[in-house]
This record gives sequence, C-alpha cells and structure tokens, in this order.
Amino acid sequence: MNDTNTPERQVGRRIDRLESRSKVTGTADYTHNVVLPRMLHAKIVRSVHAHARILSIDTSAAAAVPGVVKVVTAQDVMRVIPDPHYGPAFHDQPILAIDKVRHIGEPVAVVLSDDVHIAETAAALVSVEYEVLPAVFDEVQAANNTDVLVHDVLRPAGTFPDLKHLAGRKGTNVALDYRLRHGDVKTAFAQAAHVFDHTFRTQQVVHVPLEPMVSIAQPLDRRIIIHTASQSPSFVRLEIARLLGWAENQVQVKTRLLGGGFGAKLYIKLEALAVALALIAHRPVRVALTMEEQFYMITKHATTFRIRSAVDADGRITARHCEVYWNGGAYADIGPRVTQKSGFTAGGPYDIANLDIDSYQVYTNLPPAGAFRGFGITQVVWAYESQADLIAHKLGMDPVAFRRLNLLENGRPHATGTVLKDAGLRLVLDRVASAMDWDKPLDRGTGTVRRGRGIGLGFKALVAPTTSVATITAGGDGSCTLLISTVEMGQGSDTAMAIVAADVLGLRAEDIRVVNPDTDVTPYDMATLGSRSTFSMGNAVKQAAQDLLDKVRALAQEVGLPFEGTRNISTLLKKKFGMQAGTVVGTGSFVPPYQSPDADGRSPDITPNWMVGGTGIEVEVDTETGQFRIVRMENVVDCGTPLNPKVVQTQITGAAIQQLGATFLEKMEFDAEGQLRNASFSEYKIPGILDLPHQMGYAAVDSQQSTGPFGAKGLGESGCFGVASAMAQAIDDAVGVRIVSLPITPEAVYRALAEQRGEPLANTDSTP
Amino acid sequence: MSTTSTLIQFRLNGEPVSRQVEPHHTLLELVRECGLHGARESCGQGLCGCCTIVVNGQAVTGCIYPAMHAEEAEVGTIEGLEQDGQLDPVQQAFMDAGALQCGFCTPGFILMARQLLQQNSEPSDHEIRHFLAGNLCRCGAYPEIIEAVKLAGQRMRAAA
Repeated sequence: MNDTNTPERQVGRRIDRLESRSKVTGTADYTHNVVLPRMLHAKIVRSVHAHARILSIDTSAAAAVPGVVKVVTAQDVMRVIPDPHYGPAFHDQPILAIDKVRHIGEPVAVVLSDDVHIAETAAALVSVEYEVLPAVFDEVQAANNTDVLVHDVLRPAGTFPDLKHLAGRKGTNVALDYRLRHGDVKTAFAQAAHVFDHTFRTQQVVHVPLEPMVSIAQPLDRRIIIHTASQSPSFVRLEIARLLGWAENQVQVKTRLLGGGFGAKLYIKLEALAVALALIAHRPVRVALTMEEQFYMITKHATTFRIRSAVDADGRITARHCEVYWNGGAYADIGPRVTQKSGFTAGGPYDIANLDIDSYQVYTNLPPAGAFRGFGITQVVWAYESQADLIAHKLGMDPVAFRRLNLLENGRPHATGTVLKDAGLRLVLDRVASAMDWDKPLDRGTGTVRRGRGIGLGFKALVAPTTSVATITAGGDGSCTLLISTVEMGQGSDTAMAIVAADVLGLRAEDIRVVNPDTDVTPYDMATLGSRSTFSMGNAVKQAAQDLLDKVRALAQEVGLPFEGTRNISTLLKKKFGMQAGTVVGTGSFVPPYQSPDADGRSPDITPNWMVGGTGIEVEVDTETGQFRIVRMENVVDCGTPLNPKVVQTQITGAAIQQLGATFLEKMEFDAEGQLRNASFSEYKIPGILDLPHQMGYAAVDSQQSTGPFGAKGLGESGCFGVASAMAQAIDDAVGVRIVSLPITPEAVYRALAEQRGEPLANTDSTP
Repeated sequence: MSTTSTLIQFRLNGEPVSRQVEPHHTLLELVRECGLHGARESCGQGLCGCCTIVVNGQAVTGCIYPAMHAEEAEVGTIEGLEQDGQLDPVQQAFMDAGALQCGFCTPGFILMARQLLQQNSEPSDHEIRHFLAGNLCRCGAYPEIIEAVKLAGQRMRAAA
C-alpha cells in the first residue's frame, strides 16, 4: 500500500533536527529557563563527611538571615512524606539525610529564599554536628568485608524480580549479585594450553551535562506540577505518586529540551526534594544544582574486573571466568540494573563454550553511581578487549585475527542461551580494520616518538522489559501531532520519531509536530535510556501511525468518500462535522520480547537486539615524557538502518569523543577521607576541542535490525564501546607498556615507561 | 531594595535598558532577568563558554562578569544575531553542518566563532581549535563545529 502525499522516503534523509533553529537562535526551551510566579530558590547544605552520624543540626543562624523563608531538615520532610526514601531499584535514598550521612555531598538541609544569593549565603550558616564513622570506599573491600555497612538493611523496591530475594537482608554491602553459569569452566581451565588472569580497573567519572540538573515543583490544589530536566518523566510521576500516596493523575511531570543527559538525569533525582520543599513552603520551589554539586549527585561506577581465560593451542578461547565488582556508592540508583545488564555480556562478543560470570553491585561511601552512556558496557569492554590484546600478543597473533577467530556469529547461541541475531560484529570489526588500513604496515616512528595502533570491539544487550506507548493525532486541517514521552536531550529523538511517523503517513518529517513530554498529555514511556528509544519507541510510533491510517480509512468509509491516506483528512473531517473540526487519533504500543534470566543467569530471550560498536586508534607517544597524541580514530557502529544520517554521524563521533574523556582525562579524585578534590572544570578536565584526534572517521555498517522500525536500532552509546581498550593497545603497541587502570594519562604512561626501564617512580596517589 | 544597588543603563541587542543591579550580580543574571535565555550558566566559573555575551564587541564570560560593568555598554547576545528572520551566516552554518546536539553550548560557540571570523575570515583548523579552546561541548560536536566555522567563513568571503 502506498498512501503517500509525497513520494520521498523519510527514512534515510539527511535532515536538520526539528529544533535546530531554536538552538542556534538561543530560543530553545530548557527547564533551566523556567521561572514561575512566587518561585523560591533552594540551596542545599551538604555533608562534609563520607560516613557519619548526625548529632544535631542548628538552623537558627541561617533562619535569622533577612530574606530566608525557611530552613528545612529531614524532620520537616517527614511531616509531608512520612517515608521519604526513593529509588528505582531500592528504596534506599532519603530526600534529606536522616540520622546518618553516607557520602560526601549528601543533602542534609535546605535553605529557601526568594533570592538565590541569600539562600546560598544562609546555607553556609547551617551548623551540623557529626560523629564521624569509619567509611569504606573500595568496591572489592566493601563486598568482601562487613566491618563497615553502608546500609543496615537492604530495601529493594519490588519492581525487579531478581532483587526481591534481597528484601530485609542484613550484614552485607552487596546490592545485587548476577551470576551466569554456562558449560564446565573448571574442566576447560584444567585442559587449557594457556591460562590468562588479569585485573582491570575503571575510575569513577561524572556525566556533567552542561545544563546542570534542575527541578521545579509547583503545588496546586490536590495536585502538583513538576517541571524537570529528566530523562524519565513517566517514572518521576509514578515514584512521586508512590511517595505521596497519591494517584498518578495528581502528579504532572513536564520536561523540555535537555541540555545533555547521558544517564545523569534518569529515574528520580532532584524531583522528590523539590516536591517535598514545595509542599512544605506552599510555593513553587526551584532546586537547581551548580556544576560542582553535580559531582555529588550521580556518577559512573568505578569497577574492578578480574578476567581469567583459558585458551587452546590455536588461540581459541575455551573458557572464561568474569568477576566484576561495581562501585555503586552510597545509594543504589539504577546500579543493580547496570550490574545485571552489563553482566550479560561481560564475557565479550566471542563464542566461548564455557563461561562463568559473577557481577556484584556494591554499596560504598562514595557519591552514588548509576547509568552513564553505555549502561556499564564501557567498563566491561575495557577489560575483555584489553585482555584480548594481551592474549593475542602472548600467542603472537594479530589482534584482529585473534578476534576474527573467536567472534560470535549470528545464529550461534550467546552464553546466556540467547541466539545472536542481526548483530553486525564481523561487519563492524572488518570495517574498523579497513578504515585503519590494518593490512598495511604502520609507520612506527623513530627516536623518542613512537607510533602504535589498536582496535576495540564491544556489544550490548538492550534494556528490557520495557514499555513504550505513542499517540498521533490529526487535526481538522489534517496536520499531525506526535505525543510521546521520549525526551529530546541532544540525541535527535524528536526528529527520528518524526521520520518514522512521517514515512508511514506519507508526510515530510518537518511537518510533524512533536510534543515535549508532559505526563498529563503524552503517554507512558519507560525512560529515555540505553539507546532504547529508536527501537522501542520507534516501533510504537510506527504502529501509532499505521493505526492513524486505519482510523482515517474507517472515517472515509463512514462518510462515503475515498481513502487517500493523510491527503484528504481535512475533507473527511469536514464531511463528518460540517466544519474544520474534530481529531483523528492513532495509538501504538511496544513491549519487546524478553525473558528474565533463570538461576544460572540464562534465558532464550535476554535482549530484543544487540548493539555493536568498534573503534580503531593510532597514537604517537613521546618516550621521554609519556605524552601522547591521537593521530587517528575510526569509529564504526551497527545501528541497523540509519534513520537520519546527519544525526547518526554526530552520535557516533560524539559518543567516541565523550568516551575519550573517561579514557585519558577524567577521574574523580578522592582523598583518604573520601573528600572530593576536583569538583570543578578547572581541575576535572572533560574533552575540549584541543583533545580531538588529529583525524577522525566514522561509519555505520550496512545492516538491518529485522525487528526494528524500518530496520533501525539505537546507536547513542555504540560509539563509546571500543575506545578505551583501543587506546591502551595503541600505546602498548607503540612503546610496550600496558595500562590496566583508567584513565590512561601521560603520567601513567611515563610511570610505566620508568618501570619498564627499571627505574620505578614513588607512588604519590592517595586515592582510596 | 538593598542600599548597595545601583541603577545602570545599557543597550541590549540595540535596545536601551535600565536596571537596578547589586554588586554581586553577574551580567549573565542581568540578561536572563531581561528574558533572554540564550546565554546560560553551566560551570559558573568562566571555564565552559555557555554564558558567552558580547560587551562592546568583545566576547566575555557572563557568569563571572560583574553586571555593573555593563553601564553604558553595548551588550549583545545570541538573540540579537537574527535580522528580519534571516539567520546570521554562522548560525546558518551551524545548522547546515549539524554542529549541535543538545544545543546548550551552541550560542557560546556561535558567538566565539563570529569573533574569530571577524578577525580572520579564513582560519585554519589549528586556528579554529585554538580560538574555541575555551568553549566546552559535552556532547562532543566538535568535528561538526569546526566544519561549521569553515563553512561560515567560506560563505562570508563569497558574500564580501
């Protein structure tokens, strides 16, 4: 059937983001800009200790400052929300600290004022008396040692079946243990020609979206509106309704464009605090973080990954054991999902007959860790790809040849039992290799400047189970409006969804109006995370557009006129209502197939699709200083059909550039007491324009996701996967030193070179 | 009203404005209170460029620039670039090159790129990178931003 007004296909068109004009003129609408009448500003008093009992809070000096409306503590919060603990996986996080603080920067009290400067000045006058308690920072230590317990009792939220057994558990810091058992690892190790045993570490980093987190709660008669820079308006609504004991329809959550998210603005963050403050003050309250405060809110898990592999004489991996410890910080946030979802693929994209995985989410006294572009995948790829290079080197094999030999092929079962399908692993690997001219010899440099290169390949299982619902309306003139709760945060989702809808409806994508999420108006969507929107919401939107056409066909039949797709909707409506009036509504929903893993961590349906990303890096290293320069970086993904090549390009390179930060620049530096020393862009460097590789390329391989909308699947994260290990390998290839802990700084390379020369430097790092 | 506040007068995108300001108020707060939201507070330390505002032809970091210094100044923001519905060539080039993602940093980059192109209409890659080193983009749209600056330069030279 072709019901099109315009013959031009929308899928695959290079089009500008729908909101791009507003972004270049400065008129783009962010929550950052929201100002409400009688709005109060909140400034948060934060814990100065990593673990301490609160003995007393003296608010009198702050309350006495002219212009201060109120100073709020947990006691005030509990009068409006009796059990103020929130979280998507565990109900473990108090809106304001109750009796105890569990990490540096935890909110303890809040000052409210009409003037943000007065609130800030007064917040410094709140005096909190603490009894400092012993703290635990290292994830392996916290998992295996119960001297310091971050939480006395575990409180899973009840929404995830694999966390239910943890309810009421005491005496542990482990908030989730995902295990996979596949084949007979022990026997395979006993028979192996070679055994490799390595431990790789990643550091704690932070998202720092340039629009810092902001939420504004506006109390009304028996309901509340929350304006928030959130990636998950639907979740905010149901979690606030739960905390208040209200119906979901009493809570309205509105988002606008997000000035970056990257996972920081997921689930529930400042919203519960803003709601409590608004209910206490009976006025709208704005809670807006500074850049420094974002470092205390949510971070990316530091990890310790011990990976042991058994390899036969031909270079085939016959068995692997993965032991991954995820440093979740003081509150679980979505960490247990990260631990499980990334646990699924911790063995790597290889065909391994015997595989055991143990993946632990661990509470510590550090700022909480959640999802950060990749949902934990970059941490596991770092380890399994670093080891792949070390194995290849030891066996004298080419790193690409080693990967080709071991690669999991479509049609073969992954260790979880799920058969690999529509995963362009080989396509991506081959494309990276050809882009890097891998078959040609490399100019290895001379003297003190040496060159090397490396390749990294990663894959990811999609987050499930999830639900997406979409609505499309056609008005009296036939123009179409798309109502979805997918959040546009720079990834181009509004445009991608308009393309999907327009392609079905025979319209141009630019002619579809996409409404910002508003839970009173736009239907439910689980969240904008994990590269799920293109696939999940895309399928729902496609179905809604098809439903709209079905409704138009029925209307045509009803009024006795021919069905012409969207072309004559206005005529049909005019015939029915006698004037330009009425609305035609199409709806669609999508729940991807998924089956929870069994006790051995296995399931025939662990993921609705596989995302694939690979990176090649060539570096130049100065052997005298450890300084290096990325000469070239090639990033390749399998995203199925690229819906909008113009955005696909920026998503691939943008993800890779962002991951360069975690690869060689970024690290949250804590001292022995858990104090953060670099919560500022002056000391915490994110990639700037001078950090770009000299030459950068990108590609999406020719592939189809058979179950995706028009063959598409997500790609927002895939460009990150292979970056870090490719960098470590390139440096090793250049100068023969191996960095096993991120970030790979010039200092780390210099130290390794000094050690290589037999002149090791003293360690001055006091990071816990 | 505090006794420390001062009435200042300045021109904002060509229009006369008078406002009461406090010594601790920043130029960024001032223009945002005037309802212009294209300059934004991000790092709050003058390190990211999201708050870029043009004062007497010179780009400044509005989040650390005292509002009182705007007295009698010509203050320009991103909102002042579009003329009669026509985008500035740099704005148009940023759209055409796809040089933005979340868009939060975009006005700062555009204003800095204009400064560069006013001084040097044909900057090299190196000169572009060097000039824009004080602006941060967490989405990593830098390759497209470099393309956009080159494209704008080409078009401006062709039109000159």
